[in-house]
Amino acid sequence: MAAFLRAEHLCKDYISESGSVSALSDISFEVQEGEIFGIIGLSGAGKSTLVRCINRLEEPTSGCVYIRDKNINELSQKELREERRNIGMIFQHFNLLMQRNVLDNVALPLEIAGVKKKEAREKAREYLEAVGIPDKALAFPSQLSGGQKQRVAIARVLASDPALLLCDEATSALDPQTTRQILALLRDINRRYGITVIIITHAMTVVQEICDRVAVLEDGELVEMNTVKELFAHPKTKAAKRLLLIQDDNDENEETEEKEVLAS
Amino acid sequence: MWGIEVIFKGKNLIRLLGGLGTALEISLIAVAISIPIGIILGILMAGRNPVIKAILRVYLDFVRIMPQLVLLFLVFFGTTKVWGWDLSGEVSAVIVFSMWGAAEMSDLVRGALNAIPQHQYESAQSLGFTPLQTKIYIVIPQCVRRLIPLSINLITRMVKTTSLVLMIGVVEVLKVAQQIIEANRMSAPNAAFGVYLFVFALYFAVCFVLSIAARKLEKKWS
Ligand SMILES: Nc1ncnc2c1ncn2[C@@H]1O[C@H](COP(=O)(O)OP(=O)(O)OP(=O)(O)O)[C@@H](O)[C@H]1O
Ligand SMILES: [Mg+2]
Repeated sequence: MAAFLRAEHLCKDYISESGSVSALSDISFEVQEGEIFGIIGLSGAGKSTLVRCINRLEEPTSGCVYIRDKNINELSQKELREERRNIGMIFQHFNLLMQRNVLDNVALPLEIAGVKKKEAREKAREYLEAVGIPDKALAFPSQLSGGQKQRVAIARVLASDPALLLCDEATSALDPQTTRQILALLRDINRRYGITVIIITHAMTVVQEICDRVAVLEDGELVEMNTVKELFAHPKTKAAKRLLLIQDDNDENEETEEKEVLAS
Repeated sequence: MWGIEVIFKGKNLIRLLGGLGTALEISLIAVAISIPIGIILGILMAGRNPVIKAILRVYLDFVRIMPQLVLLFLVFFGTTKVWGWDLSGEVSAVIVFSMWGAAEMSDLVRGALNAIPQHQYESAQSLGFTPLQTKIYIVIPQCVRRLIPLSINLITRMVKTTSLVLMIGVVEVLKVAQQIIEANRMSAPNAAFGVYLFVFALYFAVCFVLSIAARKLEKKWS
């Protein structure tokens, strides 16, 4: 069976005044349908760039991405917008509309896609239920905790029935316990709806918690890719070993707090 | 007491209120001109064209650094000297306050636009919003919410600053006040204090109403 997602020779160079930075160099990998795939690397390794090339928030300099044998890089802007409903993405920042309530936040992308208001709201309710906050439908984002906000963002993405969910540091602004709950929710979504999930993180604990396979990025190169079990047992590259070593909690907590301040 | 009684002599009160009317008229016309122009300039300033941005930046700094009084003199006397135009005080005042208001407004709009973080645009894109939909549903509501109290504050400042128009001979509040003071120099030597107090009260009343409105809106929108 062909892979669900195929990245082929992705390269991304950023040209700036101080010269050219190669954020991705010749990255190829495959993700199977229904898999939870982790991408891990230190800050600046190119994780965000890689995942953003998948839904073309970033245009790769060369190379391409296939999702179910559809070449994403050949789509027109209009086709791309259609396809993006099939590729949900959640961020470290929840990006909710503060002046709309939770229900409207979830329903808005549907309405924009042409779904009738009533139907959109029904669907929104259904997915708020699925992410475990049916009682918050009429609350405003400012009344929610970080974890609840991320649940709203997840419900909003789910409402358009995506086949793929991209998570860029989706738990980085959350405390360890909330992180675990959100990860559990992602796993639940993956099983229940058969949604393929790609998770970006710099925390090994996240990978360990839910990923099936993981790719290690270092300075824009994919240096190692393996099942999580195998990677933890026998890391082959220095980069992987280093990531396994800096698993201590202090490091992670510091990072979390800093990002939380930024997010607020 | 304090010379306030002078105000209620003869037509003085009507003249004072008429002066306030002229000042308000100048500021309101200037506001009506400067807000739409400021919005357009602000959008350009937040845009990508470096040449336009640089030009607008210089314009903003120029209008800001020059005291409004100097600008008024420049327009009122300068245009007569250079081009032989005979602009009335009111028209000169409207031009200056519109230029100034548009510059300040453009800076507010630029700030509001730049305050929207990149990740919100990306999030909208990833949800399948078109650029236009992103503006309608995400950018504009946030900017408006941010701008309403700020622009009312700007309007208040414009109303206050119109008192400067006195310097080029527009009969407005302070001018009337001074005339009243002069006319009553003998009978009420304290008149200056009383009249200025009253003028202060007039301006305070107008600006107070505006700032209350700003606060109300701010509450309602947050
Ligand atoms: N818009 C940009 N312009 C120039 N350089 C960029 C841009 N975006 C990213 N880069 C560079 O590309 C490299 C990879 O960045 P990227 O954001 O993908 O890293 P990351 O692995 O997601 O890091 P983090 O964990 O900090 O989010 C970095 O060296 C970064 O400086
Ligand atoms: Mg990143």
